[in-house]
Amino acid sequence: MKRLFDKDTWQEIFGSIQKNKIRTIITMIGVLWGIFIYIALSGSSKGLDNGFERQFQSIASNSIFVWAQSTSLPYAGYKSERNIILKIQDAEVLKKQVKNIKFIAPRIVAGVFGDQGGSIVRGTKTGTYSVYGEYPEYIKIATSKIYDGGRFINQSDIEDDRKVCVIGERTQLELFEDDEDPIGKFISINKINFRVVGVHKFVQGGGFGDDGDIYIPFTTFKKIFNTGDRVGFFMIAADEDADGVKVEKDIKATLKQIHKIDPNDERAIGGFNLGEIFRKTMNFANGLTFLSLVVGIATILAGIIGIGNILLISVKERTKEIGIRRALGATPAEVRSQIILESVFLTILAGVIGIILGALVLYGINAATMDQTDFPYTNPTVPIPYVLGALALMVLLGTLIGIIPAQRAVSIKPIDALREE
Amino acid sequence: MIKINDLHKSYKMGSNSLHVLKGINFDVEEGELVAIMGSSGSGKSTLLNILGMLDLLDKGSYDLDGVPIKDLDETKAANYRNKFLGFVFQSFNLINYKTALENVTLPLYYQGVKRKEREALALEYLDNVGLKEWATHLPSELSGGQKQRVAIARALVSKPKVLLADEPTGALDSTTSKEVMALIQEINKNGKTILIVTHEEDIAKMCSRIVRLKDGIIVEDKKNKMQKAI
Repeated sequence: MKRLFDKDTWQEIFGSIQKNKIRTIITMIGVLWGIFIYIALSGSSKGLDNGFERQFQSIASNSIFVWAQSTSLPYAGYKSERNIILKIQDAEVLKKQVKNIKFIAPRIVAGVFGDQGGSIVRGTKTGTYSVYGEYPEYIKIATSKIYDGGRFINQSDIEDDRKVCVIGERTQLELFEDDEDPIGKFISINKINFRVVGVHKFVQGGGFGDDGDIYIPFTTFKKIFNTGDRVGFFMIAADEDADGVKVEKDIKATLKQIHKIDPNDERAIGGFNLGEIFRKTMNFANGLTFLSLVVGIATILAGIIGIGNILLISVKERTKEIGIRRALGATPAEVRSQIILESVFLTILAGVIGIILGALVLYGINAATMDQTDFPYTNPTVPIPYVLGALALMVLLGTLIGIIPAQRAVSIKPIDALREE
Repeated sequence: MIKINDLHKSYKMGSNSLHVLKGINFDVEEGELVAIMGSSGSGKSTLLNILGMLDLLDKGSYDLDGVPIKDLDETKAANYRNKFLGFVFQSFNLINYKTALENVTLPLYYQGVKRKEREALALEYLDNVGLKEWATHLPSELSGGQKQRVAIARALVSKPKVLLADEPTGALDSTTSKEVMALIQEINKNGKTILIVTHEEDIAKMCSRIVRLKDGIIVEDKKNKMQKAI
């Protein structure tokens, strides 16, 4: 151990490494490449992981959409092809009968599914935007951000059928002057004046929606658009620890029961389980991380075996030198430790260079994809434990692989080595 | 200085056993310059290897400066070699990527001497063999005679009890051979015990004692009036 911190030992090692530059470089390239691949791959997969997470962050990870379509089977005296319309009362039944529902937000929209949106007028500016009837629960499921100074629709808005609205970023841009604060101002939706109470920041999430959407209280919506108790679709957040698939199944079963639909009718109630998609995507990302870890470590391994191989050749090449050293008084332990230290030193040096190169490449990719919000790739990093782990692995393997040529070097008898001319 | 009693050594060659040394009795006093002569196959190199602890004896005893050399494992042999012996080889055996100075410091490195100290000492010994100005040159930049002189400096730098030289002039022309022998004689004059294995009569004549080996036994052992090399 004392030898490890001895300046002379290192001078001896640097000497032999420096004097065999080509051999050293070739040896190092193997490990360098291995660790480079490891860093670049696991960093990239982490970036992908982060990217997916960012894409899903706008919406609760356990959220489910349910909507109604037409039946495909006759049931209870009704013919098939009957159009099912969800009612606002369904929400209460679902809440009572289905376990693990955290929030339920009935929503209705004008201007998305081929129907007429709201025509908006403010002074001389006009436009057509999708208008949503919302309950306050919506903001708890879709974690849209409301800009400072504003708010989302609240319970009093619902109870009093207030004529208030939350507008999108784009709506603000198109209807208001740059320096104008839209909060408290009025816009007209289908010739009825609404007071703006908030502006929402649009984040690409699940399904439809864009940065021009206008949200108004559900109760106000049904009066203006004359939709009665109709609900466009339910957006439901299940409890975090609940099985999203089972909750979705229970919801559909309950809705089928309410609307007298054949339990086997797969078409009548449509559903989209974002939690399930999220889980699958994250599984995919995790799988990718694991794969990159395996590939990276395998490449490092191959590189280190390469080091062992080349050191073995170099020991053969240096038979005579080793013989001379032995004749001059080098003990087997000294010869062995020199070869092993050479192996470990080369491994670490190559490893550190590989890590730096890998980090540079990750930095480059990050810089190139920085502004692309659509591309699921954010902040590619390799966790420090992974890097340290790889380094520790390299030291360990470098030592182990160094033992083989070192043992070979020790087994050379000085007399045989010197006889070799 | 060296006491050898009934030394036997044989090599296994497949199923045959080759008896190389068949009972050597041989003493060397301090300050002697001994030439060990013999044709190839006489066992002279084997004797030198055993003396140099590069090879193990089968039977008999070997004392070096009062220390019985036995039960040698590799580590012990390495330490004894480092402490007691200096080697000079026919093919010089310098490490080709190390400078003359670095080659000379090597035995001191294995003795654990500090860098500055060993460089100063090595330079002193290089100066003694007249190669101070060549200290930073690689062996490939030196002539044969110069290489052998570096090797001699390296063999001496650890202040060994005995200098063992295996055909030290075998790869040199006659002029250079004489120069190297003159150096060896000078070192001997300063009190160093030296053993030279050679098959050249005129080299042997420059030593103070000549031992002749034939078929593994000593056939002649006589004092010699040392001839000056130059």
